[in-house]
Amino acid sequence: MMKLVRHRLFWPLMALLALLAVNIVANPGFGRITVRDGHMYGALVDILRQSAPLMLVALGMTLVIATRGIDLSVGAIMAVSGAVALTIIDSSDHPGAMSTVLVAIIVAVLVSLVLGAWNGFLVSVLGIQPIVATLVLMLAGRGVALLITGGRITTVNSDPYKFVASGYVFLIPFAFIIALAAIAVIALLERRTALGVLTEAVGINPEASRLAGVRSRGIVWGAYIASGVMSGIAGVMYASNIMAADANAAGYLIELYAILAVVLGGTSLMGGKFSIAGTVIGVFTVQTLGSTILFLGVPSAQSPVFFAVVVILVVLVQSSRVHRWGKSVSQRMRSGPKTPAEGAKEVAA
Amino acid sequence: MTNLADKDVPPIVQMSGITIKFPGVLALDNVDFSLRPGEVHSLMGENGAGKSTLIKALTGVYSIDSGTIVVGGSARAFGTTADAQAAGISTVYQEVNLCANLSVGENVMLGHEPHGRFGVDWKRTHSEAARYLASLGLGIDTRSLLESHSIAIQQLIAISRAMVLDAKVLILDEPTSSLDRGEVEQLFGIIRKLRDSGVAILFVSHFLDQVYEISDRITVLRNGQLVGAHKAEDLPRDQLVTQMIGRELDDLKSLSQASARVIDRSGEPVLRASGVGRRGVVEPGDLAVFHGEVVGMAGLLGSGRTEMVRLFYGADKADSGTIHVGGKAVKMVAPRHAIDHGIAFSSEDRRAEGIVADLTVAENIVLGIQARRGWLRKVSAVEEAAVVSEYMEALGVRPADPTMLAGNLSGGNQQKVLLARWLATSPELLILDEPTRGIDVGAKADIQRKVAELSEAGLSVIFISSELEEVLRLAQRVVVMRDRKNIGELESRDLDLDGLIDYIAHRGEGSVSR
Repeated sequence: MMKLVRHRLFWPLMALLALLAVNIVANPGFGRITVRDGHMYGALVDILRQSAPLMLVALGMTLVIATRGIDLSVGAIMAVSGAVALTIIDSSDHPGAMSTVLVAIIVAVLVSLVLGAWNGFLVSVLGIQPIVATLVLMLAGRGVALLITGGRITTVNSDPYKFVASGYVFLIPFAFIIALAAIAVIALLERRTALGVLTEAVGINPEASRLAGVRSRGIVWGAYIASGVMSGIAGVMYASNIMAADANAAGYLIELYAILAVVLGGTSLMGGKFSIAGTVIGVFTVQTLGSTILFLGVPSAQSPVFFAVVVILVVLVQSSRVHRWGKSVSQRMRSGPKTPAEGAKEVAA
Repeated sequence: MTNLADKDVPPIVQMSGITIKFPGVLALDNVDFSLRPGEVHSLMGENGAGKSTLIKALTGVYSIDSGTIVVGGSARAFGTTADAQAAGISTVYQEVNLCANLSVGENVMLGHEPHGRFGVDWKRTHSEAARYLASLGLGIDTRSLLESHSIAIQQLIAISRAMVLDAKVLILDEPTSSLDRGEVEQLFGIIRKLRDSGVAILFVSHFLDQVYEISDRITVLRNGQLVGAHKAEDLPRDQLVTQMIGRELDDLKSLSQASARVIDRSGEPVLRASGVGRRGVVEPGDLAVFHGEVVGMAGLLGSGRTEMVRLFYGADKADSGTIHVGGKAVKMVAPRHAIDHGIAFSSEDRRAEGIVADLTVAENIVLGIQARRGWLRKVSAVEEAAVVSEYMEALGVRPADPTMLAGNLSGGNQQKVLLARWLATSPELLILDEPTRGIDVGAKADIQRKVAELSEAGLSVIFISSELEEVLRLAQRVVVMRDRKNIGELESRDLDLDGLIDYIAHRGEGSVSR
């Protein structure tokens, strides 16, 4: 039992379950899943589907944070990626053709890869602090996206492209399948090869890793490239959801939600040890919280405050200092009143 | 020594029956310890004996599972280090715990700055800081940055900070491990001054000479248990060592033949450096290391020993000279080039440049092999288990738990883990920079024995140590560095300790009198 409680994912998981429980109590319909016309419907299915872009971005962010870095440009890369994809489809003679859509997606993701590589170059080769290096693209990226779309919101009509965000395969939302595939690829890549442990080594002690012969430059660079690619796919997905390339709204503030999800999943911003499973839980927590606001009917003017309060509660639930404090309080309650000196001793113990 | 340290003075710190449990380990087992005002009390023991744990119990870093701590007559339970400081207990650690990018004055007065009408009165802050520093005989510009001073000075600044806090108990944890002789003298002068003014000083050091020079009393711990507390003059040195390690240290004597081994220097050297140097860091020098040879590097701190070997390893880039490995000229601009050529380097700064603290012991050991293979070919679980158990056993890593975080090991065991990391890559040349600094007698002997053994089996070693006895015991040839320059090579066979010291100090200056 204690072993279970001590597991690093125990408290993140508890926070997620508690949030789900609140929703089910508030509205028993929350947990219902129905199947109609080969699609699954229900609030939980919506959460899975809508969480896909954040999931992709947060996975990339996890790797970057593990190397002691941070990637603020993910939202901007989403905007560029969406703009590239829709501009290609829009300018094509056959916007509804599968080949057009495939080319558009591949080019958009490749462009995102280049942008990720640019971030990685600034950080790992030029040694610029990650927050500054990625700030450059965060600010410039949306401008680039606007340049690509010619300053307007490009809209298209293309069924294959719409499928990315809105389609279903075997009852399951296609967007969630993409997210699942990304989780699987990243998890296998990190844990089945030595990439994960080398990334952690670089994040914990870069100099010791260098002297041990680890190619830390390549590893850091790779993390930013991965983050760029993930953001690119997320951007394609976002644009597919609204069938428009909106350079200002795409991935707006997603960098902060992604960082939040990573941290809620138990990965430290100091770098080093990271947990893919933790990030997955963190993403679901953030997404569920968004749905909770809708479900409980919190007025939109108050929703940011509500969001913030719940986040603080979730963070408190996970804090080891709060756990210690809670333990000592419950001990004191059980053994009745005491002299201050004895009480102090207990706190120390 | 001083009257104050006599038995009739009531102790300022009385720890009784202290027990601390860590998961799976009894770190301290019913230990008693007392510290009186006006004494220097040394805490001795091997790494992992419980010295640091006891200190951390006293300073509020760890909470105790049972026992009592009485400070200044009243029972205490420190929940935080701030509580301990408020009770007059200050600690100066081996790694200076000050703010490198603040000025000296700010560091000394941090949290105790005098306030004027408009907040902090900086002028008075600096003048008071200067007064505290001057009382220790330090004339430093208080507006200079802390990081612009040597570690030795920083340590003295940390001590003056303890005086600002009005410390009644001053804990010095390995304060001398990175100081040279003159700096140690200066530190000891200040310690004596503080002692005579009634401060109780708890001193921890691995240098036995220094312990005997400064201590009034000595308490010995072993495996978390109290072995005994003695007046320094009642405890002969060999008895102290026996108490610390619980066995006789005869086996080190057998190693002394290692340096007499004859090396065949006719073939191609494993490493040949010609004119290798770096401007402003170390002057160009030559060095050749042959198969199965141990080359010692001797010289004072800052003489350029570390800087020179870092160039051989590619940790820093040389801007002159050529390096041949096994007869072939090689480019050495990154550590992994050196590693590819079978060279391994263990840095003198274990914590910053060696151990990856949050990874397990096993992960730390295979890190070298893994880095060499690249990320695609992961060391399999089976292979990892085999390598790890082989080297943990051969080197005697304690506790023998490969899943423990490396950061939780004691210094000596961390050093063994690093040695294991490099030996697992089966290098041809092993560069060890201060592998025995700050570690206990037992681990020192283990490491020296291993070096002697491996070199006999054909491994070439460059061995750097401030402890010249070690160098003379292990190395067949000694390179002497002074003022960032290689000043000569000596054969160990025709060399004794005095001769080597004399060479380091006086060679080339004309005066050979000592």
